[in-house]
Amino acid sequence: MSENLMVINGREVPFSPGQTILEAAVAAGIDIPTLCHLKETTPTGACRVCVVEVEGARSLMTACTVPATKGMVVRTESPMVIQSRKTIVELMLSSGRHDDCLVCPATGDCRLQELAYRYQVKGGKYPDTETLYPMEAVNPLILRNFAKCILCGRCVQACREVQVNDAIDFGYRGAKTKIIAKGDMALKDSDCVFCGQCIQACPTGALVPKDAYQKPRLCETEQIRTTCPYCGVGCQQTLHVKNGKIVQVTATENAEPNQGRLCVKGRFGYDFISSNERLKTPLIKKDGVFHEATWDEALDLVVSKFSKIIKDHGPDAVAGVSCARSINEDSYNMQKLFRAVFKTNNIDHCART
Amino acid sequence: MTNSFKEFKNAKMFFVIGSNMTEAHPVAATFLKNAVRKGAKLILVDPRKQKLAQFADIHVPIKVGSDIAFLNSLMYVLITEDLYDKHFVANHTEGFDELKKTVMSYPPEKAAEICGVSSDMIVKTARMAASVKPMMLCYTLGITEHTCGRNNVVSVANLQMLLGNLGMEMGGVNPLRGQNNVQGACDMGALPNVFPGYQTVISPEARQKFENAWNVTGLPDKNGMMIPQMMDGLVSGKIKGFWIFGENLANTEPDIHKVEHELESAEFLVVQDIFENETTRFADVILPAAAWSENDGTFANSERRVSRVRKACEPPGVSKPNWWIFREVAKRMGHAWASNSAQELWDNEISVLAPNLAGIKYYRIENDGLQWPCPTEEHPGTPFLHRDGNFTRGKGLFTPAEWTPPAEVSCSDYPFVLSTGRRLYHYHTRTQTGRTQGLNDLLGEETADISLFDAKKMGIKNGETIRVSSRRGSITLKARVTAEVPESMVWMAFHFREACANWLTNAAFDPYTQTAEYKACAVKIEKM
Repeated sequence: MSENLMVINGREVPFSPGQTILEAAVAAGIDIPTLCHLKETTPTGACRVCVVEVEGARSLMTACTVPATKGMVVRTESPMVIQSRKTIVELMLSSGRHDDCLVCPATGDCRLQELAYRYQVKGGKYPDTETLYPMEAVNPLILRNFAKCILCGRCVQACREVQVNDAIDFGYRGAKTKIIAKGDMALKDSDCVFCGQCIQACPTGALVPKDAYQKPRLCETEQIRTTCPYCGVGCQQTLHVKNGKIVQVTATENAEPNQGRLCVKGRFGYDFISSNERLKTPLIKKDGVFHEATWDEALDLVVSKFSKIIKDHGPDAVAGVSCARSINEDSYNMQKLFRAVFKTNNIDHCART
Repeated sequence: MTNSFKEFKNAKMFFVIGSNMTEAHPVAATFLKNAVRKGAKLILVDPRKQKLAQFADIHVPIKVGSDIAFLNSLMYVLITEDLYDKHFVANHTEGFDELKKTVMSYPPEKAAEICGVSSDMIVKTARMAASVKPMMLCYTLGITEHTCGRNNVVSVANLQMLLGNLGMEMGGVNPLRGQNNVQGACDMGALPNVFPGYQTVISPEARQKFENAWNVTGLPDKNGMMIPQMMDGLVSGKIKGFWIFGENLANTEPDIHKVEHELESAEFLVVQDIFENETTRFADVILPAAAWSENDGTFANSERRVSRVRKACEPPGVSKPNWWIFREVAKRMGHAWASNSAQELWDNEISVLAPNLAGIKYYRIENDGLQWPCPTEEHPGTPFLHRDGNFTRGKGLFTPAEWTPPAEVSCSDYPFVLSTGRRLYHYHTRTQTGRTQGLNDLLGEETADISLFDAKKMGIKNGETIRVSSRRGSITLKARVTAEVPESMVWMAFHFREACANWLTNAAFDPYTQTAEYKACAVKIEKM
């Protein structure tokens, strides 16, 4: 066998030095289920869902942590592997409360549920561990439901290695283990900056947006990719839309420039769209009071006033400020209106502030 | 930005000056922090001990408004210690002798007095900056929002050229743009001196080109006014008809009393927006616009990437896309514009007229956007500019600049410097973020951030209501006593109307760019 080849499920697969079994398999289009594995973070092997059989090894190995080596022979779906994964998922299902999918906001967007379905296992094989920690609902924006936490550590990875906010970590030990923030405080009293990357990373319903229980589930929504309306980084977002309303915003995975990351404003700052305070009709001021008007009335007034000013005082007596938040096409048309129709270059925007 | 966010992760060294990235550009900051955790060095130059200070190898807390003295002094050290990139300077730049002449009058001992940091720190910073190549320089409004903003910008460019850090990956001069489409609004020619694609209005060829494209004659041949000149014009009577699209000028411009007087003076004011706000009060007509997520279009981000924006919901009531409103006005004035959707505008007009955008079409940006320059439909876009040190004008021109102090400096009556900026949980005047309850829960009011030293000296407790006054106005708000802020500084944002920093800020502008000096004015604080 030549350089850097291994065998997965009887098939020769190339790998580059330093790649894990999982990475080599993914590159070759071979599916190995994962749960705790979070892209671009240090693999922990915590959940063991990705176990595979490696010829010559004494026990099953976690594909996310074990480096691929030359001539390695791997089986990803052997009976022993399947049996082991079933047990792992059954144990996870007994870790806390996972028997209420009917009323869980994560249903349909839950990795644990997907794995239970894939391996056709239900809870109840092992006694459920006691839920030691109550739901933490005191925070803005983020709801922490410890009953659904399987301690996979993805949120910790997202917080520490992706966003580098270092707000949460594993706390306590053994059966009492809990993901804690700053000496086990509520998130709002910790170093948390509410970017919500932990929600995006959570494979169950343990971390959800605060209003998740009042909204349609993600699996019921249409997904629309767009660009964030806040700062100039231009993060790619997925809008989850149902009945013409944005239900939730998540970061688009594997997209430039943000690679699946968002900040607090990008993830949570979309309520303004559906605000009742939105302007809904043109308004014309008469005697100091605004009155509703039709588009024809409003635009005819604008045209007559601007035309008269231009006629009486010249085109440079009008000026316009465009918007640095609106789309390119809007700014283009505004400058075109000022230049080509009004005949002035008095057009600017807040470029420098 | 000359370079791309994608490069942050692998950068070897950052020089961050006047950029509070973790709050103003949080996702960009995550990539920077990833690199630092992997071993990249970080030089942070900022008067405040902001969040990135804990990631920095060196934090240089220069005084507000002393950037040019500091940067010139770094270049003094680089030149006198022979630490600059002589090959790059010789082959890819012009004006080195003039630069040298200027920076030689900024020895570290002298700059130290202006900047309020030790000369050792200046020397150490210069040596560190020269120790790793390439170094990626990032800046934000801490550089531009000064009366010497343009000179600050040329100074950071001088530094990067002297170090030969331009024209390569993980280097460059990278202004992080504050707004989602401020880059795009510039690209589109929403500026008084250029058509779309930065083609100057004073060029007869450019005017001819646009006259042909727009089927008009007599396009105006002289540069128009920038915002501060327009605002002055409202009072002097030079400007009679004013149209504000999506800007809450009554809160965002310096010296609110002055701004409101200007807006009141407009003979006829049109405001086009998605909400009523402090500015719409002054309008004669308010035009209701479709918002983000209610129409299709594109934004251009800081790294010149044109990305799609998509419609997810219907606009409320009879509100309409902004481009439609402008088109309707043109129609009523006898101009029938063909393009009747954002895609038609982009594909049939914008990308046809702006050479740098010619290769960007909607079908190419269904997924990731493309970075201009992108001159043809086969071109992959340009992640970093000035490849191999080849600049647009040929060689990079050193533009030496002398340090000048802020227009208003502290004195015995107003002994503090007020510097302003943005906070994590809100965006500008909160017309958008102020409608999310959770964000208001996280930050519900403005504070005056003051140092531990001043708090102790004046007997002010954290959370105590104080009065902050400048020559222009006075506000009362809670003090936030914090180690982030150095002695003699008050730091505030402009997110909240009642205690908006712009009641106090100074309407003094950079003579080249007309950018206001939001970063420095003199204030006093009083216990209530």
